[in-house]
Formats: sequence, C-alpha cells, structure tokens
Amino acid sequence: MKFTLNGEPVDINAPPMKRLLDVLREECALPGTKEGCGEGECGACTVLMDGAPVCACLVPFAQARDADVLTIEGLGGDHPLQTAFIEHSGVQCGMCTPGMILAALALGPRPSLARVRAGLAGNLCRCTGYEAIYRSIAAAWARQGIGDRVSDRAGKGAL
Amino acid sequence: MGAALKLMRREPAVPIAGCTDVYVSLNFGTLAAARFLDLSQLAPLRRITVRGDTLVIGATATYTSIIRSAHVRRRLPMLVAAAREIGGPQIQNRGTLGGNIANGSPAGDSPPVLAAAEAVVVLASADGDRRVPFADYYTGYRASVKRADELIVAVEVPPVEGAQWFRKVGTRAAQAISKIVMAGVRSAAPRLALGSVAPTVVRLPRTEAALAAGAPIAEAQRVLGDEIRPIDDIRSTSAYRRRVAANLLARFWADTA
Repeated sequence: MKFTLNGEPVDINAPPMKRLLDVLREECALPGTKEGCGEGECGACTVLMDGAPVCACLVPFAQARDADVLTIEGLGGDHPLQTAFIEHSGVQCGMCTPGMILAALALGPRPSLARVRAGLAGNLCRCTGYEAIYRSIAAAWARQGIGDRVSDRAGKGAL
Repeated sequence: MGAALKLMRREPAVPIAGCTDVYVSLNFGTLAAARFLDLSQLAPLRRITVRGDTLVIGATATYTSIIRSAHVRRRLPMLVAAAREIGGPQIQNRGTLGGNIANGSPAGDSPPVLAAAEAVVVLASADGDRRVPFADYYTGYRASVKRADELIVAVEVPPVEGAQWFRKVGTRAAQAISKIVMAGVRSAAPRLALGSVAPTVVRLPRTEAALAAGAPIAEAQRVLGDEIRPIDDIRSTSAYRRRVAANLLARFWADTA
C-alpha cells in the first residue's frame, strides 16, 4: 500500500487491519513510535497524519493509504524540538517524548502556554510533571531563525 | 454509499471510521468480528451543512471538524463544547459523531447534547433512509433501534431556542470518561439531559417542568434528586452523582441567567 512516510513515498505490505503503530515499528523498522497503552489514552504513539496528531495505535494500516505520515524519525535527530527537550530536561524515561514532540510540532510557531496545554492534553507523562516539557517547547521556538527550520522538517501539511 | 449499503444488507460488517472505540476492542480481543466496512473515505458522510434551518452533521464528521465548523459553532455551540472535552487532540482528529452514537456508552459526551437539542438520527439501509428522533434511538444499555444492516449516516438538528450549556465532570480536564455529563438549554421551556446516571442518556422532564413553572433552584434540585437513579460503578458513586447533578443544575441556571 502506498503512502508517504517521513517525506518519502513508500509501498509497504501489511495486513489492512494491522495497527499503523505496529506497521511503523515492524514492517517500516521505525521503533521511535512507542506503545504506551494501545487504546488511545496516553498519546505515546502519536504520529502526524496529514499534519494532524493521531494515535497510531488507533489507525488501521489501510486507512493510511495515500496519507502523509510523520514519525519522530522524520525529524532527523537534531530538530530544534529534539535538542530543546534534551537541553531543558523535557526527557526522563523517554517513552512519552516522541509523541510529545510530534504533538508540539503540530501546534506551529510559538504557541502560548494555554495552547500547549490544550494541544498536549492527549499526551501523558509519568516522569516530568509536564513543566520541563512546556519549557522545552518554549525554548525550541525561542532560538533565533528557528521558524523556517522547523517548518522544513515538519513535512507537508504541518505548520 | 450504495455499495456500502448493499454490502451491509448481504452480510453485515462492523462499520469503522475513526477507530477510536471499536478498533480498541478488536485489538484487545474483546470484539469477535472479522469483517469491517471502512466508511472513512465516503466524503458525503463527513460533511457538515445547513439545509433550510436544519444543521446536518454527517456521521463521520470528526470532533475536530465539528469544533472548527462555523455552522456548528453558530447553531449548536454545546456540541463544540462537548467535542473539545472528548479525549484529547488525537482522539478529536479521528473520532466521529456517528461512532459516538453507535458506541452507545451511557457515559458518552455527545448524547446529552443531542438529546437536549432534540436531534434526529438518520439511518440508511439498502431500502432507503429513515429518521429516528434521538429520544427514541436508544432502547437500553448499549442498545438501539438501529438494525444490523443499517448505517448511521447523519444527525439532523433543528434550530435550538435559548442559551446552550454543557458540562462534563471527569477525573481530568482531558482524556477522562465522564462521571456525570449534562447538557441544557435555557428558554421558557428548559431542556436538560444527563449522561452517566442511567443505562442510556436521559432527559429530565420533571425537573424541566419544575424549572418552567418557576420553581426555586433548591426545589428543582430536589425534583432532580428524585428523578434520577444513578448507580455506584467503577468511576463514581450514586451519592456523588446525585450531589454533582444538583450542583450542575444550579451552575446551569446561574450561567444562563
């Protein structure tokens, strides 16, 4: 089945009702997307589908046909959000982090704290108490010249 | 749509769209089904339009599209309020109004809104469409008049007169199932609907009548306490639900004054 994965067209063979989460981790060999609960309650498996955050555990593979899917691997490892989470202690165990970063990315430039809280309401963290995550997101945008780089990495459809 | 309905008539399959409820059961092994009908690509089912003065929300309209819809914001703001409190952004981007209705949880957040709005559920089958007033849709716990070969295709909402109000009480501001959820409309003929106090969403005719007759709030709260029979369950207790329902009634009345 054809879709776009981290900016590249791909053609992946997998059962239509297999979870996108599992297809990403197995057939696509991208284990960055984590399973926290398997029922859409924690957001650890968040990916961007056509620019919108969704739980990959809730997407049957068939519904990703022709979609533009962005996983944490698509940010390249040195994306400003990734760097900021490390520098500002937004990561402890790391299980929620890929989902947090992608949910944050979908908010676009310089979101207010209120927008960040609402935008990350579907992402649970058991380690940090969230404050360091909010600081990390603010810090990612605070650096000069960040705006274009973030948009470049985010793929089609993201702000 | 025609092909979908013929398929459902020949051998009913489990309809799927956002996959935020049914698909979870499938993955956890509690849904013994092998055939699924994916409705997510049927564009007409996703639309939100106005026909005359009726708001028509397609069954596979997502909560996000409902929140962003100028039509819904103007005509049914209490549904926007409810949609904002369902799950979180990831759920809202995928979950659908039709799925919420079909899932039929007594704790569902859209049913009190649709009950208070006196909406109509549009069901389609190979024989054509039929319309069921929301008050007649559910017949019991997770049971409805929908036949196995039918699909929910839309919800039709007539104009709602008066101020709309919605409040969901749960353990968190997001990602919470309701302990109690209320929708209300304030007018000369007030409407109240409550979820999580019965096997289905319920209207509260006796409480509504008390309010319409000008009873003081304390009296309306007493009538409400008699009118509902909540249970103790995994999420809350009967006593808590009674108390909070009364509080919500007072809050509704004060907020819409």
